Amino acid sequence: MNFMLPNFAPAYPEIFLLVMVCGVLMADLAWGDKKPGTAYLLAQLALFGCMLITFGTLQPDTIHTFSGMFVDDTLADILKMLVYITVSVVLVYSRTYISDRGILSGEFFSLALFATLGMMVMISASHFMTLYLGLELLSLSLYAMVALRRDSAGATEAAIKFFVLGALASGFLLYGMSMIYGATGSLDIGSVTKAIEGGVISRGVLVVGLVFIVAGISFKLSAAPFHMWAPDVYEGASSAVVLFVGSAPKLAAFGFVMRLLVEGLGAMSGDWQGMLIILAITSMVIGNIAAIAQSNIKRMLAYSTISHMGFMLLGLIGANENGYSAAMFYVVVYVLMTMGTFGIIMLLSRAGFEADKLDDYKGLNRRNPWYAFIMLLLMFSMAGIPPTVGIYAKLSVLQAVLNAGYTWLAVLAVLLSLIGVFYYLRIVKLMYFDEPETDAVIAPKGDVRVLLSANGLAILAFGIFPQSLIALCTYAIQHST
Amino acid sequence: MSFADIIFYFFSAVLVASALGVITARNPVHSALLLVLAFFASAGLWLLLEAEFLAITLVLVYVGAVMVLFLFVVMMLDINLARLREGFWKWFPFGLLLGLVMSIEMAMVLTGKQFGANELPAPAARAADYSNTKELGRLIYTEYVYAFELAAVILLVAIVAAIALTLRQRGESKSMDVAKQVAVKREDRIRLVSMASEKKE
Repeated sequence: MNFMLPNFAPAYPEIFLLVMVCGVLMADLAWGDKKPGTAYLLAQLALFGCMLITFGTLQPDTIHTFSGMFVDDTLADILKMLVYITVSVVLVYSRTYISDRGILSGEFFSLALFATLGMMVMISASHFMTLYLGLELLSLSLYAMVALRRDSAGATEAAIKFFVLGALASGFLLYGMSMIYGATGSLDIGSVTKAIEGGVISRGVLVVGLVFIVAGISFKLSAAPFHMWAPDVYEGASSAVVLFVGSAPKLAAFGFVMRLLVEGLGAMSGDWQGMLIILAITSMVIGNIAAIAQSNIKRMLAYSTISHMGFMLLGLIGANENGYSAAMFYVVVYVLMTMGTFGIIMLLSRAGFEADKLDDYKGLNRRNPWYAFIMLLLMFSMAGIPPTVGIYAKLSVLQAVLNAGYTWLAVLAVLLSLIGVFYYLRIVKLMYFDEPETDAVIAPKGDVRVLLSANGLAILAFGIFPQSLIALCTYAIQHST
Repeated sequence: MSFADIIFYFFSAVLVASALGVITARNPVHSALLLVLAFFASAGLWLLLEAEFLAITLVLVYVGAVMVLFLFVVMMLDINLARLREGFWKWFPFGLLLGLVMSIEMAMVLTGKQFGANELPAPAARAADYSNTKELGRLIYTEYVYAFELAAVILLVAIVAAIALTLRQRGESKSMDVAKQVAVKREDRIRLVSMASEKKE
């Protein structure tokens, strides 16, 4: 019965973040009423500290610690850095919005940091139990954040739907994991892989477990037919929370899929390829077609998310490194676009007014040509029109699909994307060719102005020079699988 | 059929029946009590699996503490049953169909030959002096300490969320601040205004 103290060094970012969240909670208790900005500043400081620690401990090797429950590899480091940056930018965008609505409280920031911690745990999990616990930490914080606007009936309804369906999905996931555990006798991803490759276990049990796991994952990714929560949550929750739900967790979900399906159940790729093809096609069909009928921009973006997630899943079906890095590139680009779009939505909202109707975007060019131009870039990128980065994201995924030999699937994906172009371009048309209905002044704070402009220009810059981002994703995948 | 089998079928039957009762009982108090019975039956099943510590914890924690608390809450709250049942019959056929399809599918999968007792043999029984309490304690604080800490963080999130969602600063409450009352001065309450006298018309 000898026990070695685990190596804590790879988990320093997680430990630091947890200490800082407790600090945010206490600081908000002490100074929250007098200086409402304290929690915000501390949260940004925590994220910046995590960035420094992760950057300082970068190393090319794969390290397992905590009895193989935690893994620190290149993929984990890169995804974590992206998560910190995303969360930090999201908090900057959200600050004015939530202070206008009276939820600029320590709870918003501490829950956001808890969610970030959950994402980090998911990204560097190498055990079914830590995967699940990280997911629950993330989801619980998100449910609470959606419900934070207590006096709004829409937000409460959205939170209840999100919570009930999320609990159901977690149940599915756990049931699937227990099947895999029953068949392989282990919860550790490395041992599961070995047990499956050993080939003595009956495939039937594994496949049943896999079905439940894929169902649980696709709920978390909001891929059809497990997407029903997304439109309601996007519409009901406040824009700041939707921005949070829609951005960084997708990076974590990608990490989750990589750990669970690729590293853990990679030997069963033949089985999950078919499932992912069905999910991808239904997501793209439902997402792109239902988005056309929406008059609420947040609901429209929810359906657009569903179709984007379907497209991302296409990258995985090849079950090779090229496909994985294409999918990762797609997710990163998607997060960049979502941040910008919701940044614009929050920019146009003010106390007592949500810019969530498509008509609110009429004549934006007359009111403020610069932000109209950024929105134009974002919409072009979502639709996949050059010279924005969206086209390269779609292109690399399609290339992976073609390499995997699914020509019909690539053709279908292109056709469905063409349908999607319509509702993105409709916003551009409203902004540039319609008369404005209001002349409210758009005057963001300095930091929002700089970041939002940088965000929009990044879409363009990566569209012209996409190599660096593609190289980063390829590097992350190649050094981890 | 061995004695253990008979006990297994007995507890399973009680478990399924009481679980059905939880969702069909008209009275919420009956539902809660049936849930207690369901927990009790599953504790019996765990005992059969040689998980004595977990079985006793289930009875102590869930039956003894959580469900009693739950019963109190159910009795205190004035639950409008008519509203809860609204739309039940409208959706009942749909739910029944879904439930039937799912149970048939599960039955088809689980009764298949892959899930038989030959494919998934029971683990070998432990010696009589084997203590799974000790094993659990050792594993939780050594090998699984990371997961254990994460579970603690999840509980912390639950506390923060519960407080954030329910604690309301009530602006309209008429509570008195004694310190303020004592510190009040005449100037705070009375304002003397000197006005020029007006002539009678």
